[in-house]
Amino acid sequence: MDVLYFAWVRERIGRPKDVLETQAATVMDLIEELRVREVRYEAAFADLTAIRVAVDQELTDFDAPLANAREVAFFPPMTGG
Amino acid sequence: MDIRVQSDPFDLGQMANEFAMRQSGMGAIVTFTGIVRDVAGGLDLMEIEHYPGMTEAALTQIAQEAVARFSLGDVLIIHRHGPLRPDDLIMMVATAAPHRAAAFEGADFLMDYLKSRAPFWKKEITREGADWVAAKDGDEAALKRW
Repeated sequence: MDVLYFAWVRERIGRPKDVLETQAATVMDLIEELRVREVRYEAAFADLTAIRVAVDQELTDFDAPLANAREVAFFPPMTGG
Repeated sequence: MDIRVQSDPFDLGQMANEFAMRQSGMGAIVTFTGIVRDVAGGLDLMEIEHYPGMTEAALTQIAQEAVARFSLGDVLIIHRHGPLRPDDLIMMVATAAPHRAAAFEGADFLMDYLKSRAPFWKKEITREGADWVAAKDGDEAALKRW
């Protein structure tokens, strides 16, 4: 599964992308897996109210299932326009 | 519908004119343009990051929703990414409709959704350092009026 990071989430983690083998059932499970990897992941996911998630390029919630998901992206609230 | 995500600058007059010229039977066109503003003073660059793939999909979805809701004849969205300087044009939307109320409302709707549902992030680079622009509570609240 491709896990992408944007904006300050990318900067805190220090890379734009991870390719993971994961059994995580939901987005929240994946976040818990990432948090224990390294301190910089823990720092990036310290405050989940500041994080948004997209699964296969569709905005969704932390309880979204990851069955058959190919791409998960984490980023701060968007600032377009 | 015409959706463009690009790093290149665009010519506002030319884009608005081309959009107007290809309409037929539309009594009203509204355009909105967003410009890089040096709010605090000392802004060197505004760096706009986006999520290639999702950006185009999200903008298309927002445009389709606007067309359906306000019975628009056509929509144009241009949004730039990459490094921009103060007073550069960031983006524009144009809407065409038989009457002005729908054209104005459609453009307003597009802008509210572009703000907080299109995957762009702005970073301001000044002499003092670099800071990500935080989303405003009002941006999310603005969606509730639709």
